[in-house]
Amino acid sequence: MMARGALLDVHAIETAYGLSRVLFGVSIEVHPGECVCLLGRNGVGKTTTMRSIMGLTPPHAGRVLWRGRDITGWPAYRVARAGLGFVPEDRRIFADLTVWENLDVASRAARGGGSKQFSIERVFDLFPKLRELTGRNGGFLSGGEQQMLTIARTLMGNPELLLLDEPSEGLAPIVVDHLGEQIARLKRDGLTILLAEQNVEFSLALADRVYVLEKGALRFSGPASALRDNEALRHELLAL
Amino acid sequence: MMTRLGRAPWPLLVVALALLVPAVGSRFYTFLANDVLIWALFATSLNLLVGYTGLVSFGHAAYFGIGAYTTGILMKKLAVPFVLAFPAAGIFAGLAALVFGFFCVRLTRIYFAMLTLAFAQIVWAICFKWNEVTGGEQGMPEIPYPALDWMDRLPWVGDLRTSDHFYLLTVLLVALCLWALRRIVGSPFGRILTTIRENPERAEFIGVNVRRYELIAFVVAGAFAGLAGGLFGIFNRGVFPDFAYWTKSSEVLIMTLLGGMGTFYGPPLGALALILLNQQIVSYTEYWPFVLGTILVVLLFVFPGGLAGAAGIVSRRLARALRA
Repeated sequence: MMARGALLDVHAIETAYGLSRVLFGVSIEVHPGECVCLLGRNGVGKTTTMRSIMGLTPPHAGRVLWRGRDITGWPAYRVARAGLGFVPEDRRIFADLTVWENLDVASRAARGGGSKQFSIERVFDLFPKLRELTGRNGGFLSGGEQQMLTIARTLMGNPELLLLDEPSEGLAPIVVDHLGEQIARLKRDGLTILLAEQNVEFSLALADRVYVLEKGALRFSGPASALRDNEALRHELLAL
Repeated sequence: MMTRLGRAPWPLLVVALALLVPAVGSRFYTFLANDVLIWALFATSLNLLVGYTGLVSFGHAAYFGIGAYTTGILMKKLAVPFVLAFPAAGIFAGLAALVFGFFCVRLTRIYFAMLTLAFAQIVWAICFKWNEVTGGEQGMPEIPYPALDWMDRLPWVGDLRTSDHFYLLTVLLVALCLWALRRIVGSPFGRILTTIRENPERAEFIGVNVRRYELIAFVVAGAFAGLAGGLFGIFNRGVFPDFAYWTKSSEVLIMTLLGGMGTFYGPPLGALALILLNQQIVSYTEYWPFVLGTILVVLLFVFPGGLAGAAGIVSRRLARALRA
């Protein structure tokens, strides 16, 4: 079932690392302007789903359609230039480059991708903290600052879809709150977001729709409100 | 005090000092300095791969050799003037790097290194066997010096020997090449190479076509190695197959590591140190490779950043001490 107008349509992908299969036919859709969340415990395949979409770990079966075009098997740089911006879980920046250089390199690398709406200035408006750190090497930033820089760097590529892999992981609660506000702001500005999270509260506050993964397959899909309002369901799907 | 020292135009001072060597030093020191300069360029070209892009090549001598043969054959057999034969070394070496690199960048890490080595051995074998063109095992002696008559008419340097004139030309050309390489690594292109060195996958998903950038770096490094080779053939008064042999590749790799691949001026420093060490130790003992090996092991363990890294640490400590 391919809905009309889906920005991203992941169709029954199966992905393995060598011989160990991780995904068993995962299908998800993301529509323009939506914030979709992949929920699930550690090791259920959230990161692998993201990596499969980006072409970093290509699926051996199934298809990834971007604006109706089959991008399965494309090298990651082409996927990135097509308008998919990936913020990985380990949120590593380029440690030997300054904050400014990290951003500059990203906008050059992504040339030809998407609409040119993000400039370094605009990104600094979004993350004012980074403006104060322009000349500092990425390696000397705190965890929260690195997370901001990773998101900012990805935005410099002018993505139409932002894939955020566990952005809240390992950050202090106050930093997580701040990050949530920034992501909400990006969504208000019209950016489409696919969020992979373990932090249920954090993601339900942002998401329109939710997919719950379990052991490499979909366990549930539906509006975020269904989980928000139904504690029993939430407990059943996600209790540790 | 330290900041004022840091702001001094160091590269210009070094060039000026280098130009003075024939006037103040003996013929031997000029010879040594010429050797150092050419290897400094060779090592810096390798550093573009090892230090800046994170690609360890075990076969960089291939391009050095191709450059040397190009200039040598053009000048000796075809009487092409140096102004054309020298850039041709860079062009031919760059073209060879384009062909070999096309395959090499498809592999990573040790496989990349082994393939660069394999291609270099092929180049060596061709130089060794292709008698009609390369002179085969005997090599090609008596490469002519470039026509530098115009230097005779210059004040001060007019009465110097031809080899000194060639040395002065080497200083200028190496300085020019190093300046160009410095511009390259400081450019946005150089920063993209840095992202590849730090993490190729991460570079890839921000949109960098990693293989293409690696190939460009490979070609640029090969071209500059070729230029170094072109100069070396003339300096050496002959071109021989061992220019492309794996021992040359390892020598230049050692210089790069010894000097410090983390910095731009590390490899030239490594070239200077290795050649001087060689010269000194050889005059004391026939077991110089043993002594050299020991020195290298100690250096690599104590100063993994090489000589340049060590100098950086010392100067920062000094700066802090002076400020306190």
